[in-house]
Amino acid sequence: MDIHEYQAKTLLANAGVPVPNGGIAHSADEAVYLQHEIAGERWVVKAQIHSGARGKAGGVKICSSDQEVRAAATELLGKKLVTEQTGPQGKICNAVYIEAATDIERELYLALVLDRESEQVVVVASTEGGMEIEEVAAKHPQSLSRVLVEPAIGLLDFQSRELAFALGLPAKQLADAVRALRGCYRLMRDNDATMVEINPLVTTRNGRLLALDAKISFDDNALFRQSAIAELRDRGQEDPRETAAADQGLSYVGLEGDIGCMINGAGLAMATMDMIKHAGGEPANFLDIGGGASPERVANAFRLVLSDSGVRAMLVNIYAGINRCDWVAEGIVQAMEEVDINVPLVVRLSGTNVEAGRKILAESGHDIITADTLADAADKVVAARNSAGA
Amino acid sequence: MAILIDENSRVLVQGFTGRIGTFHAQEMMDYGTNVVGGVTPGKGGSEHLGLPVFNSVREAVRETGADTSIVFVPAPYAADSMCEAIDAGIRYCTAITDGVPAQDMMRVKRYLKRYPEDERMILTGPNCAGTISPGKAMLGIMPGHIYMPGKVGVVTRSGTLGYEAASQLKEHGIGISTSVGIGGDPINGCSFRRVMEFFDNDPETEAVMMIGEIGGPQEAQAGMYVRDHMTKPVVAFIAGLTAPKGRTMGHAGAIVSSVGESAEEKAVILRDCGLTVVDRPSDLGRVMAEVLGRA
Repeated sequence: MDIHEYQAKTLLANAGVPVPNGGIAHSADEAVYLQHEIAGERWVVKAQIHSGARGKAGGVKICSSDQEVRAAATELLGKKLVTEQTGPQGKICNAVYIEAATDIERELYLALVLDRESEQVVVVASTEGGMEIEEVAAKHPQSLSRVLVEPAIGLLDFQSRELAFALGLPAKQLADAVRALRGCYRLMRDNDATMVEINPLVTTRNGRLLALDAKISFDDNALFRQSAIAELRDRGQEDPRETAAADQGLSYVGLEGDIGCMINGAGLAMATMDMIKHAGGEPANFLDIGGGASPERVANAFRLVLSDSGVRAMLVNIYAGINRCDWVAEGIVQAMEEVDINVPLVVRLSGTNVEAGRKILAESGHDIITADTLADAADKVVAARNSAGA
Repeated sequence: MAILIDENSRVLVQGFTGRIGTFHAQEMMDYGTNVVGGVTPGKGGSEHLGLPVFNSVREAVRETGADTSIVFVPAPYAADSMCEAIDAGIRYCTAITDGVPAQDMMRVKRYLKRYPEDERMILTGPNCAGTISPGKAMLGIMPGHIYMPGKVGVVTRSGTLGYEAASQLKEHGIGISTSVGIGGDPINGCSFRRVMEFFDNDPETEAVMMIGEIGGPQEAQAGMYVRDHMTKPVVAFIAGLTAPKGRTMGHAGAIVSSVGESAEEKAVILRDCGLTVVDRPSDLGRVMAEVLGRA
């Protein structure tokens, strides 16, 4: 789960990491009011959407008057921003963050991530802040420092000092840096975060260390014990189909293609989508319906896939393990009576009781194209899509 | 021979009396697995499916001589159950549970390291279908009948795609020595590389099929092991060609977050390491048959 920058900054500030003075506004009036509260001469108005690279997309505006703050907030609120990370559909900005502009001396990079290779928390720091970490790794690999955190001990101060020295921080900022790093680690550990990224972490001309932008992601599997974090979820930033799927315990990811998919198991789902691509088609979605394919679950899955108006044909691929194909087939037939399926449907069943399952589909009276193998299924659904027209 | 489990494995079911534990314990027993009992804290002293129930894994090991366990305990408590098995002297444990927090798994991995390598429990999963040595023992939730006994080792992140592979192999008359599910989570008990080592050291396994997916470094690490140490042929498939960067595809670990983690990149790395990479998941059985010279 991702959260907004302003939420991340609140968590960081509470953990002892200094952030610029700022506040969240949902209207232009509120933005101007906050600007007066913050005081100063220059302010930054930042679109709050779940995406990085907002600056390049026009989502960050530097202002030096009431009028400019009002204009920036008016423009950004309600606007759909398309960044390098949002995809072409963009994300809607429902709130702006106003903060005091910072007199930046140096831009640094700092992140704590749950590293899959070492299976520990790794702290990554770089003297090259303000750009994507992939770009830093490619262009300035020598600027990167890493320390691994021993899970049974936690981040040690000497490790934080090593990072601070590697970042070239002066001795008088050492204590601030160690305190900030301790805070970041505690924040990560106590809230089941998978990443805490501060980019850039800046030093200011008056000698302060500040988190200028921040991104924090949390482990979905741990939200059951992080109710305060779960409250920070902004459904408005999610694809409504994915949200609806998640509410029903289904795993759905919307894509750009036009062949709807409904499969049991994440690996088989990805493999089936690969086959569609090899057959010359493009999947409209990833959908794992999981183990128990009850008629109700199958019907919900059909509705979900077909809620994408771009779907021109649909493929169902079920490997019945503990499930039985005849039960799954009954579920599909029952779902077809409930849901109006107006695109060609290809069904491939395999596993336990496959013959009985195929018989149920054949005798249902519904227009179902059946397939025996993975390749057969992919070929048939692409052919059905092509004959259905664009 | 097989790896990890065989007809001599004495199996304990952790989360024995729950609905899921009960169902799959019965399935495993029907397959012929030597299930010797189960653990449900608070229900010790009772009997379930004709077998003794214990309050703790330690007690169960002492009373039954169990050396293997399977975890069906719900996600919030699953890591604790794995740690309990580690300390109780279980040799091999597979965790089926889906949804275990990643930081819990980080702590389980750390807890394992308290034991020297030769005394350390081997853990596979969580979020997997389990392990099966066809004809000998089934420690998992897979449909046992699709696995034919034989000499190909299978290691996979995914459950149903593993079933697909097993049936394709069977269609080509190819049997399996052991099929191991390592699970779809970002931090798991055993990596692809580790399981590859087990297969390499198993005299009965003649070739290995590795079924990976997008995300994480484990497929590439296994590839390098194959390049540097293995003479047995390895056929690999990586699922997720159509997965967009930065999106989680069902499995918590199936997310491309850095360089080298996409399906295309992993396929290139594995080819460079000398593995036979299958492009189409419909060709898993055919390619393995070719590699074994049986096509």
